[in-house]
Amino acid sequence: MKHLADNIKDSLIVGGVAFLLFGPFLGLQLTNGTSGNLGLATRPMLLAIAVGLSIVARFLLLLWQDHRTTRVPAVKLAAAVAKSGKYVAPALLIVTITLPLIPGIDNSYIDLGVLIMTYVMLGWGLNIVVGLAGLLDLGYVAFYAVGAYSFALLSHYFNFTFWECLPLCGILAAAWGIFLGFPVLRLRGDYLAIVTLAFGEIIRLVITNWVSLTGGPNGIYDIPHPTLFGLTFDMSGGPGTVSNFFHVDPDPSQRTTFLYYIILALALLTNWVTLRLRRQPLGRAWEALREDEIACRSLGINLRNTKLTAFAIGAMFGGFAGCFFATRQAFISPDSFTFIESATVLAIVVLGGAGSQLGVALAAVVMIGVPALLQDLQIYRMLIFGIALVTIMVVRPRGFISTRTPSVSLGKAKIISSDMISEGHG
Amino acid sequence: MAYALQQLVNGITLGMIYGLIAVGYTMVYGIIGMINFAHGDVFMVGAFVGIIVLTALTGVTSVPMGILAALLLSAGVCALYGFSIERVAYRPLRGSFRLAPLISAIGMSILLENYVQTSQGALERAIPVAVPGGFVLMNENGFVVQLSWMQIAIVVVTLVTLGIFTYIVTKTPLGRSMRAVEQDAKMAALLGIDTNRTISYTFIIGSALAAVAGVMFLLYYGVIDFYIGFNAGIKAFTAAVLGGIGSLPGAVLGGLLIGLIEAFWSGYATVAYKDVAVYSILAIVLMFMPTGLLGRNDIEKV
Repeated sequence: MKHLADNIKDSLIVGGVAFLLFGPFLGLQLTNGTSGNLGLATRPMLLAIAVGLSIVARFLLLLWQDHRTTRVPAVKLAAAVAKSGKYVAPALLIVTITLPLIPGIDNSYIDLGVLIMTYVMLGWGLNIVVGLAGLLDLGYVAFYAVGAYSFALLSHYFNFTFWECLPLCGILAAAWGIFLGFPVLRLRGDYLAIVTLAFGEIIRLVITNWVSLTGGPNGIYDIPHPTLFGLTFDMSGGPGTVSNFFHVDPDPSQRTTFLYYIILALALLTNWVTLRLRRQPLGRAWEALREDEIACRSLGINLRNTKLTAFAIGAMFGGFAGCFFATRQAFISPDSFTFIESATVLAIVVLGGAGSQLGVALAAVVMIGVPALLQDLQIYRMLIFGIALVTIMVVRPRGFISTRTPSVSLGKAKIISSDMISEGHG
Repeated sequence: MAYALQQLVNGITLGMIYGLIAVGYTMVYGIIGMINFAHGDVFMVGAFVGIIVLTALTGVTSVPMGILAALLLSAGVCALYGFSIERVAYRPLRGSFRLAPLISAIGMSILLENYVQTSQGALERAIPVAVPGGFVLMNENGFVVQLSWMQIAIVVVTLVTLGIFTYIVTKTPLGRSMRAVEQDAKMAALLGIDTNRTISYTFIIGSALAAVAGVMFLLYYGVIDFYIGFNAGIKAFTAAVLGGIGSLPGAVLGGLLIGLIEAFWSGYATVAYKDVAVYSILAIVLMFMPTGLLGRNDIEKV
């Protein structure tokens, strides 16, 4: 108990700091006074609660630190998680495939599934750039935007359908990936991060300001929904609709379910391509590049091609996801492609344990699914998101799944701790 | 000619504000090698503390005293914010892999923005012009080039702040240990420098500078909201990279350049694309000088 006095003192100091931090923001509030000038209102109760909570939280944290005797070694724990991944992944896949088929499931849950899966796909796409090739990309949303606007503009001006545009969007996004990747070939680390961020912002600003082409901040309306072999999901139930063809009553959940399986197929395609590429010379070159650029170059690997293919393939999947996003929403505006989207996708990749496919999927479920269920707390949603991001990082800096099975190995593949891997280095 | 002069004056004022924020980015990057994404939001917090202090002191003290109080209180509160952010979100991740502190910083940035939004409201907050007027520099065919008192005040306060800061970094024991930790943290620790304390001081000083910039921004534009930190933060980081990240004079130079590019682009081309111009110039400079204007070339050891 000798720590107790120290702990109380420490907690009270934290309380003092909390008082000064929260004082101006929680204790005082700017109000619009009678004459239109600003006034101030006081909120002593709120401040007292915040300070009290800080003291209690600090005290409990110190208490827990004192009583924590042994820690399960992180590697052992993570290895157990990774081993169970053998069963978790197929189980998760079966649940995902059967989810819309559960009788009586609410349409909003299928819709939430579509949203989560979009982020799973974006996460897997970015994972190629950050997790495999180790290139830190803060502007991934640019390719998402390119995909979405390619489809929106092609359908708006030339009446292209979703299925015609899907491959085109991927190709266009990949072309942008190469185009934007070319100038940054020489850059490393944070310089690369800031330039990719700048490209993301440039694309968003151009879309916002090129009003004659893109409609500017008002966005583009009436983007067509996908069709099933030419059959639409129109609610009227007339000829040429799915409900008419199969003689069922038209129901909005039919379209949602269709979208659900499209994005599931796209996401699984991303996953499959990534897993296959990792075993091929190109994927191995990416991982070599991530570990050591100089060694990579001395071994005769063409850095330019390796980096550009990583950018292009990552961008291509971003483009597919963007195309899907446009058709799902039927309306897009530049507001959907802000930096916060890039940050969310990057957070999903890192929280999942960069490089781990299962981890990325789990992280997307946590980071997108949980806030979506907190709809009632709309104004506090992003606040909670920020707190969660910091907390999860501090508790598990390596992400949920912090081990890796080497892509290629001599003899039996041994699971290694991801501390031995340098993600996002170059 | 007169128009260009006016844009020059505006650009320098804006550049000074960016420079002050950029110094904080470049210091933190130099010392622990991470992008402190929450720095722009500390600037926003500084502006909000400034507006709260100014509102509280309206009619109580004279205007210059009010501004001085806002500057000092804002710097103090933000210093505490910087210190706490480092303790809570970055210190536990030191020595962890590179992306962890970056994500933590992005989380902190989202947290701060929404904390201010939920506690003070999402509305834009405006204050009346604190010091109206100025003096006329030039009058060309009826086009008046004006240098407002506020612009002079911003330049003077920035120069004084940077002067104090330069003195701390170059002449005091604290500055010496900061430079030592920047060069080689492990060796500095072996020689008896408390690196954790030095890093804390770096965050405190950087955040105080951002707070000064925040109050200046408030006084110059008169309107703030919870989102100003993002744009200003990205611009200031661009400035730091442009000047060569890790270099303190580079940060101020980069800030001035960004301010001038923005002012002249808005004046002669389109206002809508001013940010595109800034980001494009960043990309072009980095393409040809990958370490920025005044940055050191990293020697890669194998």
